[in-house]
Amino acid sequence: MTTPASPHSLLRRAAVALFALLACAAPAGATTIERVVSPLGIEAWLVHEHAVPLVALDFAFVGGANQDPAGKAGTATLVASLLDEGAGDIDSKTFHERLAAKAIELSYTADRDTIRGTLRTLTENSKDAFEYLRLSLTAPRFDTSDVEIIRAQVFSLLRRATTNPSDIASLHWWETAFAGHPYGLPVNGTFESLPTITVGDLHTYSRRVLARDNLKIAVVGDIDAEAVKVMVDHVFGALPAKAELTPVANATPQGLGRRIVTKVDVPQAVIAFGGPGIARKDPDFMAAYIVNHILGGGAFSSRLYREVREKRGLAYSVYDGLYWLRHAALFLGGTATRADRTGETLDVIEREIQRLADNGPTAEELAKAKSYLNGSFALNLDTSSKIASLLVQLQLDDLGIDYFSRRPQEINAVTLEDARRVAKRLLDHGLLVTVAGRPEGLESIGAN
Amino acid sequence: MCKKPILVLALLFAAVGAGRADAEPKVSHFTLANGLEVVVVPDHRAPVVTHMIWYKVGGADETPGKSGLAHFLEHLMFKGTAQNPAGLFTQRVADVGGQENAFTTSDYTGYFQRVPREHLKEMMAFEADRITGLVLTDEVVRPELNVVLEEQNMRVANNPNSRLGEQIDAAQYLNHPYGRPVIGWRPEIEALDRADALAFYKRFYTPNNAIVVVAGDVTAEEVKTYAEETYGKVQPRAEVAPRKRPMEPRQDAPRTVTLADPRVEQPSLTRSYLVPSRTTAKPGEAEALDALAQVLGSGSNSRLYRKLVIDKGIAISAGAYYSGVALDYGKFGVYGSPKPGTSLHDLEAALDEILADVIENGVSAEELDRAKTQLIADDVYAQDNQVTLARWYGAALATGETVEMVLDWPNRMRAVTLDAVRQAARTWLDRRASVTGYLVNSLKTEEKHS
Repeated sequence: MTTPASPHSLLRRAAVALFALLACAAPAGATTIERVVSPLGIEAWLVHEHAVPLVALDFAFVGGANQDPAGKAGTATLVASLLDEGAGDIDSKTFHERLAAKAIELSYTADRDTIRGTLRTLTENSKDAFEYLRLSLTAPRFDTSDVEIIRAQVFSLLRRATTNPSDIASLHWWETAFAGHPYGLPVNGTFESLPTITVGDLHTYSRRVLARDNLKIAVVGDIDAEAVKVMVDHVFGALPAKAELTPVANATPQGLGRRIVTKVDVPQAVIAFGGPGIARKDPDFMAAYIVNHILGGGAFSSRLYREVREKRGLAYSVYDGLYWLRHAALFLGGTATRADRTGETLDVIEREIQRLADNGPTAEELAKAKSYLNGSFALNLDTSSKIASLLVQLQLDDLGIDYFSRRPQEINAVTLEDARRVAKRLLDHGLLVTVAGRPEGLESIGAN
Repeated sequence: MCKKPILVLALLFAAVGAGRADAEPKVSHFTLANGLEVVVVPDHRAPVVTHMIWYKVGGADETPGKSGLAHFLEHLMFKGTAQNPAGLFTQRVADVGGQENAFTTSDYTGYFQRVPREHLKEMMAFEADRITGLVLTDEVVRPELNVVLEEQNMRVANNPNSRLGEQIDAAQYLNHPYGRPVIGWRPEIEALDRADALAFYKRFYTPNNAIVVVAGDVTAEEVKTYAEETYGKVQPRAEVAPRKRPMEPRQDAPRTVTLADPRVEQPSLTRSYLVPSRTTAKPGEAEALDALAQVLGSGSNSRLYRKLVIDKGIAISAGAYYSGVALDYGKFGVYGSPKPGTSLHDLEAALDEILADVIENGVSAEELDRAKTQLIADDVYAQDNQVTLARWYGAALATGETVEMVLDWPNRMRAVTLDAVRQAARTWLDRRASVTGYLVNSLKTEEKHS
């Protein structure tokens, strides 16, 4: 069982933001990445590291929840949650027992743009691990009894989310920003969509999305290039050569200037705020990344941290991150604050964002942000798991295997003039704000 | 919190190292003249280090009426010293691309930085300075108190499940301070001030009450040299009194608490048994509890998940855990969430049936083998992460375990017998020594169910 992700949670978004940050902030250090291409033409990026007797394999299929059929939001989530529930002639109970007996960890998740898989095995059990992985991808069972158990678990998550202020603020942000677009639908589905998903839908989705031309693979650990070639052909070779993906339109966050308040009877109000971002391949991306770091990306040194938390004690956590989805770019931040000071908190945030849009960062802030981003890269490469997920992200972002060596120049090339111009470009659009709680000093604006 | 402190490879390497004079021992442990303990865990895969200082003081060491003080002081430790004014330490960590944070539990308070290896000594110098050098003014203390109150809102007040957890702990401990939330009771947090924080600081923050753990791309020799040049210069400023807390009387009656909140959309129940910690357990007992928790309630192979979620189809989720890294008591928990249409009462009855079977008949040899394989492999996987390693050692030493106990854990785990697991179930899954908590939408609905 892969536990379905908690829906619409701001914390989860924070985790995604962190991941995105890692993806951006990765340098080579002593790590050597090999591009391995198998006889069948399947590519994998490999870091061969034998200090620990483990193999970590991460992979992603482009697709994810944006490929859910119309009216069937949650299909990708169900598929991901069920891929490790038995395969071939092995039922879910036996499948789990066999994995456990060899301490093989296999799990799948779905997000808006991808289905991702993660395998961890001791080197000595890697042959078995690769075989179970192959079966899970090429012969998933989707037995009715397992489907109903997972469907009930996702329903339970949806029920919980209806009264959780973080989930509510996040749900409203996404459904408003991306109304009418797949990104506006919850990845875990809805009370209406989940019951309509059939076992046939799960098989169809798998056939369409689990293919070779939309697959990115990273391997880290105690395995060499020759063994990787054999492994990827064995595991992924039987998948269809081409995915059948439904085209997804590019989108820009809507609802700027709106403020949507949902009453929830809790002492602390949760605020989500954001707007359009800058695409990963845009020449201004690195400048935008630095500007965001200065605004709310740096943990204990950002402007929002100083103004909201340190000086005024308004919140325990306040953050802001850049997101680059495959069909949209955005920035999204959040905080949680006591009801009677919610208006004041949002005022401080809006003021700081406008100040940065109008004047840009100072030369000192720019220098410190560059210093941080240059120094932090080694910290993102100290575990096999971090390296593997980073290498998958680099491939999804199409940044090239030499990205690590280009990255310092890209950071250092950002001038104060660039940062000022891009701060204006990124932050001068007004915000879409959603709030859940019983806030004082703050009313809905432009709500339906 | 750490599940179980162990390190399989460390053990392998230590064994290999013993036979070779030139081999670097994997884990080193030494004590400076001022009483500060140091543990070094080398990991040369990336040029980074994790540097932690652990103080042997936590929420359970507070004076009654001052709950939340250990955690509040943890926040205030970032407000600067005479030598390094407010913000400088944090700025230096950011300048070098590092990460930092801190944490507090009932038994310890820890601070850490993760930085490129060449900055280790600078971090040690900063951390040594704030063992005794903290300067606090009301201008920084007051906003920080509000930050802590918002943290309490976020972690507890906004979250019915956490509120129930506080009530369960309070019911579990009639006498021992583990019954107090680490974040504190809200009215007591509100009353904390600068003088409270400084008095607590002077009493507990002294090198002879601390453990430094360094994991990463360093050698024990380097760390020893740096430690003597930084931490070694700090004079002890307080005698460390033995940590003797009021202990629990024998529990003769099961306790129950029910938290009703209209926001609860998914009811659940959780039962907590008072059990020994790793530190207080008899030899082999904590490992038997690890195995029991694994078989009963870890993942979809576990008894509780199999029977309640899959076979009977009456639960959405179910599981069990043993949390044993503590000075005085551990906790063994079982929990479940019913499917719509099943009452908490019926779920509990089914759960009790499973427990009764394990108490009567123990677990199977196959289950125990699988549990051992997984628990031991988890630790090999965990070696991939130097932060996890550093936390194992820090938490173990701060709660009275030794480095040797940590290293020997896989051997003790392998030695667990079927009989020991059954004995653990019989001895410790005793309803009379438990608290059961129910999370419900309204008290009325719950009465109907039971």
